[in-house]
Formats: sequence, structure tokens, C-alpha cells
Amino acid sequence: MNFDLSQEQKMLVDSIQKFLKNDYSFETRCKLANSSLGFSEENWKLFAELGWLGVALGSDYGGFGGSTEDIMLMHEALGRALVTEPILPTALLCGRLIELLGTEAQKKSLLPSLIQGELQLALAYNEAIARNNPAVVGCVAQREGDNYVISGKKIGVLNGHAASQLLVTARTAGDVRASAGISVFLVDAYAAGVERKPYQTVDGLRAAEIEFNGVEVTAAQRLGAEGDAFVALETVLDEACLALCAEAVGAMEVLYKTTIEYCKTRKQFGVPIGKFQALQFRMVDMFMLHEQAKSMIYQAALRAKDISTKEGRAKAREAISACKVYIGKAGRRIGQEAIQLHGGMGMTDELNVGHYFKRLTAIDALFGNVDYHLHRYDECVTASREIA
Amino acid sequence: MDLSIKPEYLQFREEVRSFLAQNLTDDLREAGRLATSVFHDVERSMAWQKILHKKGWVAPNWPKQYGGTGWDVVQRAIFAEESMKASAPAMIPMGLLMCGPCIIGYGTQAQKDYYLPRILSGEDLWCQGYSEPGSGSDLASLQTFAASDGDDYIVNGTKIWTTYAHFANKIFCLVRTDKEAKPQKGITFLLIDMTSPGIKVEPIIGLDGIREQNTVFFDNVRVPKANRIGNENDGWTVAKYLLMFERGGQEYAPALYAGLAQVKDIASKEAGSFGGPLIADTNFRRKLNELEIDIMALEFTENRIKSALGSGQNPGALASMTKILGTELSQRVTELAIEAVGVYGLPLQTDAIQPGAGLPFVGPEYALTAMPRYLNTRATTIYGGSNEVQRGIIAKLVLGL
Ligand SMILES: Cc1cc2nc3c(=O)[nH]c(=O)nc-3n(C[C@H](O)[C@H](O)[C@H](O)COP(=O)(O)OP(=O)(O)OC[C@H]3O[C@@H](n4cnc5c(N)ncnc54)[C@H](O)[C@@H]3O)c2cc1C
Repeated sequence: MNFDLSQEQKMLVDSIQKFLKNDYSFETRCKLANSSLGFSEENWKLFAELGWLGVALGSDYGGFGGSTEDIMLMHEALGRALVTEPILPTALLCGRLIELLGTEAQKKSLLPSLIQGELQLALAYNEAIARNNPAVVGCVAQREGDNYVISGKKIGVLNGHAASQLLVTARTAGDVRASAGISVFLVDAYAAGVERKPYQTVDGLRAAEIEFNGVEVTAAQRLGAEGDAFVALETVLDEACLALCAEAVGAMEVLYKTTIEYCKTRKQFGVPIGKFQALQFRMVDMFMLHEQAKSMIYQAALRAKDISTKEGRAKAREAISACKVYIGKAGRRIGQEAIQLHGGMGMTDELNVGHYFKRLTAIDALFGNVDYHLHRYDECVTASREIA
Repeated sequence: MDLSIKPEYLQFREEVRSFLAQNLTDDLREAGRLATSVFHDVERSMAWQKILHKKGWVAPNWPKQYGGTGWDVVQRAIFAEESMKASAPAMIPMGLLMCGPCIIGYGTQAQKDYYLPRILSGEDLWCQGYSEPGSGSDLASLQTFAASDGDDYIVNGTKIWTTYAHFANKIFCLVRTDKEAKPQKGITFLLIDMTSPGIKVEPIIGLDGIREQNTVFFDNVRVPKANRIGNENDGWTVAKYLLMFERGGQEYAPALYAGLAQVKDIASKEAGSFGGPLIADTNFRRKLNELEIDIMALEFTENRIKSALGSGQNPGALASMTKILGTELSQRVTELAIEAVGVYGLPLQTDAIQPGAGLPFVGPEYALTAMPRYLNTRATTIYGGSNEVQRGIIAKLVLGL
């Protein structure tokens, strides 16, 4: 195993870091987060030019065909600056789902424009009854001749406010909790019957609740075979989950280092508070949690390499769930400690600490929290124990 | 970054496996299996050391010219992992891992020629005389005094917690040779023969009812100056070199996984309180899974360290973390094991766990070692620089606090 970055990886990470350093200060980020769109269209174009939107996507459509390690490194870097541009919802969730399920024609019509920065997408999969479980789909797509009629409600749709097209999971067969019978449709976000309620999230991003009230789509808008979308759906959610974990690791790094710097300068009782051993040990634990969290994303990146194959998928699910569990706990702990060690300053909106804390808090809730992934991890290890 | 594993290593792993399969007798494996401490049964450890010595595999971390294997860091880890999996008795570390490297780093040619082969062959069994009743974490405050007397030193003082002093024929000591200098500047590194007149060894019985440690009294013990490693008053440098040598050398994850596998095995055999085996109990399984995930994180931190070492980098901070994480996780593993064996953790049967004892015992065999291990493992966060001291080191040297 070699953890040194390759020349290409160094270039990718360097270019991201350079951009973030020069053009993505904390103040800029706050302005973007509070702007009407919540991110910068200009940045989006730039990301496209720099190739970042295509890192996870195949070279046939103008992508970079990157490895799990590349995606991980990129999102770790983005996480350091709390980037709000929706790379994850558009490129990782939707781009990859189109790549896995779409026909050649669908891929050709969508992926190049995505990679060139001309398309905003969102994946509407989660529902109130599902609590992040992608197999639980109450939303239905009723076949009517050559068309389908979609009805149901999706929650927490990342980038749901900006997307012009939505990928929607809907049931074409089976029981509400069955993984078989789920189909994915490409739905125009402005189509009749689509009702979006966009909102700002505590971590400065955007999402939406979206209702589908008898929205009519053609069979050509279906991605992949009818009722057979689950494996691809879960795969992209897992890939995105790993990227999200990497983002969290980037955020953790900034948070623990910021805390150390603060404790070196803030004086009480005539000394820098970092001289108090009670605080030193807590910072050492923050430092170790970050290193371990980083090891965990490497673990997941290694074991998720063959996620698209039948054999590789079981291993990848187990590894990614383990990773999300660790990240969820470490993120919570580092975030809470960072605020405590900053004292009253930690409670202010002005300081970046609270913003990193909120992002880490949000990350735990996305794609299944610690408990969700502990449950899934348990299913995975139990299954492999039974095979063995 | 390429996280795949090179094929050469798979082949090496096979070679190690087949050597272990051919050479580890049941008797030796029993010692590994029943071990409840990092210090394994002396007789069987030494027997296994002789076999490894013959093969040339006894000191993987020594430079090749002194009898090392020439393996890289990954090969060394593979050897350690496979040895553990096969329940090989562990080598007693004081000579091979502690004193030996000091002699290699600071000994004269004559000292190297004399001592190193005897360490490799097991002819000498070493113990470590650092700690004193008044000097634990603050080791530099040690008081055992070596007065100069012609070509000799006359040593007076007390060493404590000296593991295996009752088996050892040699002890390496830190002693004070200058009372006026700053504490670190007046310390000398001495090799002392345990049969010297004036040495008395008294047992300390551990929580687990077993004698591992001792108090060693020095009453006007005469030690030739030729037994000094490094210069007079320069012993602290030698001791620090040893710490550097040890750093990054040890991997915890393989032993942690092995311990966890035993817990799973126990939990699948023990009945749960509310139907089914214990392993079907949700509360228990949650703890098991959380622990496994935490071990996984350490496994990859250790992989990162190996990778850094392999490409000639100094893993620095990462390496000093593993002591804290590895020992704290080992305490969680052994804690879960006593929870798993339940009431069978309670019978006191110290004699029955001695390898070769063949005595009858209460309860299933898998429960025998759980409690002694739990008790013994409490020490891991105290010795080798307590975890509080380690956190202090990271705070100071890594975080700059
Ligand atoms: C099983 C076992 C085997 C051993 N084998 C050997 C051996 O073979 N040879 C040998 O020389 N020694 C040996 N030791 C001794 C070991 O190195 C010492 O126990 C260790 O250095 C701690 O010293 P102490 O026991 O005096 O504890 P103390 O130093 O008195 O520590 C007591 C507590 O105070 C904490 N503490 C101390 N200083 C600080 C600080 N600055 N900040 C915060 N907390 C602090 C410690 O972490 C600990 O929790 C062994 C010990 C054990 C338990």
C-alpha cells in the first residue's frame, strides 16, 4: 500500500487548494451561502473548466474517469473550505446514476453538459417514511400507456432548489420497503405537478422538499430497466457517502487546527489557555480522531474500489458504513470540543468554528447517521459470517 | 496513492505461513494461546526463539549485519501478523527490542561482538532496570547511584517493576553518576550481571495473581566500567535512542483483531439472556461492531505509518499516537471479553492457565484467559510511557502547545 499522492493527484489537490486559498475565503463563502442561489454560478463554470465536475465520470463523456482515491482527495480538499457549490449532488449522485443506469442516448444528452457546467441536477430519493433507507419508496409511478404518472413526496433533496432536472426514485412494483420494483425517472423540475419548497440548511447549503402531484413522464425518461434501479441507486449513494466522509475529514482538520491556534493565543490567568493540561489532552484527542477519521476514508476508498461489481459491492457497503460510523462520531466530538474550547467566541456566527461545527453536524444526518450505518454494518458482517 | 497490495508480499506471507506451520509445535502454540500478558511463558518463548534463531528470523528489526533479516517494514508486519495468527509465543522484548538496539547504536565493537550474539541465541535473558520507587513517569529523577571506583562503579539503589528480573541473568540500568548536574545530564547506561554479589530480587505479584514484576535491590554492587554503553553521564541519550528505535516498530491492529475474533467466538458459544446466542444480542453486538470499526481506523493509521516508513519518511506524530490508541483499544477488547464470558470470568484459576499445566478447570476453556487478560491489560496504559505522558508529548511536540 502506498499512501503517497501520485503526480496527477498532487496536481488535482494543489489546484483545488490554490483556488480555495485565493478565491474562497471564509467571508466569501458566507456571502455565497447567503446569496439567493447559495453558491456561485461563476465558480461552477470555473470548476467545469478545471475538470472538477467530471472527476468521477467516464472519459467517454468528457470526464476524468477518476479512482475512488481521486474523488476522496478532491472532496477532502473541498471540505476544508466548506465549499457550497453542489458538486456532490450534481456530479456524484446524479452524474454517476445516469452513468450506471442510462442508455447511451441519455448519457450523451446529459453527461457532457453536466461536466461542462451547464446542468444542475438533484437526486430525489429520501422520504419521511424512509429515514435515508433508499429501499423504502412510497412515491409511485403508475404506468399509463406509454407514460408514467408520478405521485409522492421527497424530502431533503440536496441542490433541489437549483436543479433544472430531477432524478426521482419511484415505485413501479412491490411493497413500500422492497428493494425490487424501484425505478428512476428524469423529471423536468418545472413540469406541471412538481411543487418545490426550497430551504436553506443550517450548514449554509440548500435543499428542498419536493411533491410530485400526478407528474406525467414518458417511458423514455426512465433510467434503466423498470423496477431494477436499486443496486445502482445504492451504489451512487455509497460513493457519495464516501465523498461526504472525505469532506468531513477536511472540515475536521480545519476545526482542530483552528482550535489549537486559538488556545495558543487566548490568555486567561496570565497564560495561554493551551498551557492547561485539561485542554491539551482534549486537543490531543481531537488530533487523533482526525487522523483516525482520515485513515477510515482511506480504508473505505481501498475497499470500495470494486463497488460496481457484484462481489465488490458487499465489501464496499461494509467498508463505507464503517467509515460513516467513525466519521459521524469523530465529527460530532471534534465539533463540540472546538466550540467548548473557544468559549463564548465559539458560540458566535462571526467565527468560522460554528460553521464547521454545523457542517459536521449536518453530515452525520445525511445518507444515514451513525446508528443507521451501525445497523447496516451489522447486517453486512452478519451476512459474511453466515457465508463463512 | 495506490492502496492495493503488491504481489511479492502475498508470496512472502505464504513463505512465513508454511514455516510456522512446520515449526510451531502444539506445545508452543498452547503458550501463545494461553498468554494473558505481552510477556509470554519464558520456557516456551525461549524454545521458539531458538528455532527462529536457527532460521535467522529472530530479530527482524535489527540491521542485517548484526543478525537482522533485511526485511522491509511491510514484511516485518506480515511476519508479526502471521506469528500472532498461528499463536506463536512472543519473543521476550527486553533483549531483542530494547537492550540490543542500544548496544547496536552506542556499544563498542567489543560490546557488540560479545552481547549481540548472546541476545540472538537467547543465552542471555535481559531485564530492564529503569523505574524506581520514586521515579516513574519522571524517570530522569532516578536516584540509583553509581560511584566511580577505579575501573569499576559501585552501584547502590532500588529498581522497581522490573519485569522478569527473576528469570534474567542480565539487567540494563539507568543510574546516576552525577548528582550536581541537571537530572538528564547525570545519568549513565550500565549493563549489569544479575549474579553480581549485592543484588537481591523480590517478587511483586500482579492483579492477575501472577509474578511478572520484581523489586531489585543493589547493595554495593561492583560493575566494571567496561559495561557502560555510551559515555558517562550520556545515558539519557542512549535511552532516548531506544525510544526512537521502538517508535513505529510496533503494530497493534493484528493483535486487536485476534482478540476481537476470540470475543466473537465466545459470544457465539455463550447463551444470551433473552434467547439465542450472546452474539445475537443487539446491545452486545453494537459494542462489538463499534469496537471493530475503531480497530479498523487504527489498522489504517498503522498502514499509513508503514507506507511513510517504507518511502523513507518520518511518521513522527502518527507513530506516537498508536501507543495511546492501541493500548486503549486493547483494554476495550479485554473488557468486552469478560462481559462475554459473564460468570465464567470469576473463578480464580491462575494455575490452570500455565501452559502444560493440564489441570482441571471450571467452565469452558475459552473463558479461562478472559479475566487474567483483562486484569493484566490495565498495565498497558501505564507502562512504556503512560498514556497521559504520551498525550503530553503529542501536545508539546506535535501540537506545539
Ligand atoms: C506491568 C508493568 C511492567 C513494567 N515493567 C517495567 C520494567 O521491566 N522495567 C522498568 O524499568 N519499569 C517497568 N514498569 C514501570 C513503568 O515504566 C512505570 O509504571 C511507568 O513509567 C509509570 O510510573 P509510575 O508507575 O511510577 O506511575 P506515576 O508516574 O506515579 O504515575 C501515576 C499517574 O500519574 C500520571 N502522571 C504522571 N505524570 C503525569 C503528567 N506529567 N501529566 C499527567 N499525568 C501524569 C500517570 O499517567 C499515572 O496515571 C512496568 C510497569 C508495569 C505496570
